[in-house]
Amino acid sequence: MITTDICIIGAGPVGLFTVFEAGLLKMRCHLIDALPQVGGQLSEIYPQKPIYDIPGYPEVKAQDLVDNLMKQIEPFNPTFSLGERVDHLTKQDDGSYVVTTSDKTKVHAQVIVIAGGLGCFEPRKPVLENLENFEGKGITYMVKDPEQFRGKKVILAGGGDSALDWTIFLSDVAEKVTLVHRNETFRGAPDSAAKVFDLANNGKIDLILSSNLTKISGNGHLQSVTMKNKAKEELVVDTDYLIPLFGLSPKLGPIADWGLNIDKNAIEVDTTDYSTNVERIYAVGDINTYENKLKLILCGFHEAALMCHSAFKYVYPDQKLSFKYTTVNGVNSF
Amino acid sequence: MVTFEVEDHDGNRQSIEAPDDMGLSLMEVLKASEYPVLATCGGMALCATCHVEVLEGKDGLGEATDVELDQLEALPEMFDTSRLACQIRISEELEGAVFKLRGEEN
Ligand SMILES: Cc1cc2nc3c(=O)[nH]c(=O)nc-3n(C[C@H](O)[C@H](O)[C@H](O)COP(=O)(O)OP(=O)(O)OC[C@H]3O[C@@H](n4cnc5c(N)ncnc54)[C@H](O)[C@@H]3O)c2cc1C
Ligand code: FES
Repeated sequence: MITTDICIIGAGPVGLFTVFEAGLLKMRCHLIDALPQVGGQLSEIYPQKPIYDIPGYPEVKAQDLVDNLMKQIEPFNPTFSLGERVDHLTKQDDGSYVVTTSDKTKVHAQVIVIAGGLGCFEPRKPVLENLENFEGKGITYMVKDPEQFRGKKVILAGGGDSALDWTIFLSDVAEKVTLVHRNETFRGAPDSAAKVFDLANNGKIDLILSSNLTKISGNGHLQSVTMKNKAKEELVVDTDYLIPLFGLSPKLGPIADWGLNIDKNAIEVDTTDYSTNVERIYAVGDINTYENKLKLILCGFHEAALMCHSAFKYVYPDQKLSFKYTTVNGVNSF
Repeated sequence: MVTFEVEDHDGNRQSIEAPDDMGLSLMEVLKASEYPVLATCGGMALCATCHVEVLEGKDGLGEATDVELDQLEALPEMFDTSRLACQIRISEELEGAVFKLRGEEN
């Protein structure tokens, strides 16, 4: 079990900055995110876009802002569980909480901060009969540990950058890699597309173009995938794994069932400290709602600062908090 | 004003009247008409959650741009008639068109 002061659900910009504000008050943080990388919407949707409304930065690229936030929180040594969705929340007798993730990681914390943004980014799934039956039994939507595929037969599906990148990477790891794509050309990075065509020409991978997935079969574990080309001809390929990579889409997910007051997919909070209707649970950033709420990074940062000052009383019940500027003490690491 | 039809996820069709001189996108009109369109990226052709199928009136719309096709091709389901609602401007060419919602609901 991981033990920390504050468990932050969501490692988007607001979750990351919460670590800084908590750190100034000597509160340790553990962050959990369903995505395999930090940065939330900035890294997932618009990493290359410039942002113009961060104070002190006339212009900053979204991914650079995330990288800088990571640097800013380094002194406070936050710990992370990435690629794991938070599913359950269990209240302990002393008022603290244990959070459980989809990978059964448990985190014990005095305070929970939901910085879940638009919700969990979940994979877009192909429309295939019995899909759910094979999830975790051959079908996976994310490559978390490439070693899992060493010496195995793998089919990837999709035509974007992640399908191309993982095809290239896994061609050195897996016994056999097949990439299935609906069209004849790829719109991902031209370099990666060229590399994939090279690998196919050199017999290192099988490339099946102008084809769609139509059926999956197996006995307990995935054994074969059927695809159909534009001439309606069927092809059955034996495999150990199928990795559909059709992008991600946000869903509110399990947070909706935690007894919090929710209005149109957002958590209602008290604007004096961004606490929810449940004691010791706060919500900051895009996931919360209140009168005149603006879904801006700047607003999330402000919310994180106020929220940390309120959470202090649960982490240090015997101490009185007095406000100090960072210029008084500097940023003291731990 | 132009009038076109929208078919929701349950197959119900409704006629929508929209101004064609305000530079609005079809995504904005769908949201304003309370259709459950997610439109995560706010119309920047970055999320594909505003996917629609053009059932009638495709010819009046012109070709999709590369940026639009990039997003559509990333979806598990794409049709010859697929477009991103945020990339369609409301103009008189839309008169009589029929759109089917395909994107994710909010
Ligand atoms: C295209 C685009 C352009 C934008 N431009 C600007 C701009 O110029 N300026 C600006 O201020 N804002 C902009 N925004 C808005 C800005 O991105 C958001 O306000 C900001 O990302 C909110 O940060 P957040 O940390 O609250 O949430 P997010 O960035 O959404 O991060 C939330 C994280 O929580 C994770 N999560 C959710 N639920 C769970 C769970 N149950 N378990 C595990 N993890 C979970 C998600 O995977 C996600 O990574 C833009 C948004 C978009 C889409
Ligand atoms: S709203 Fe995101 S692509 Fe249209």
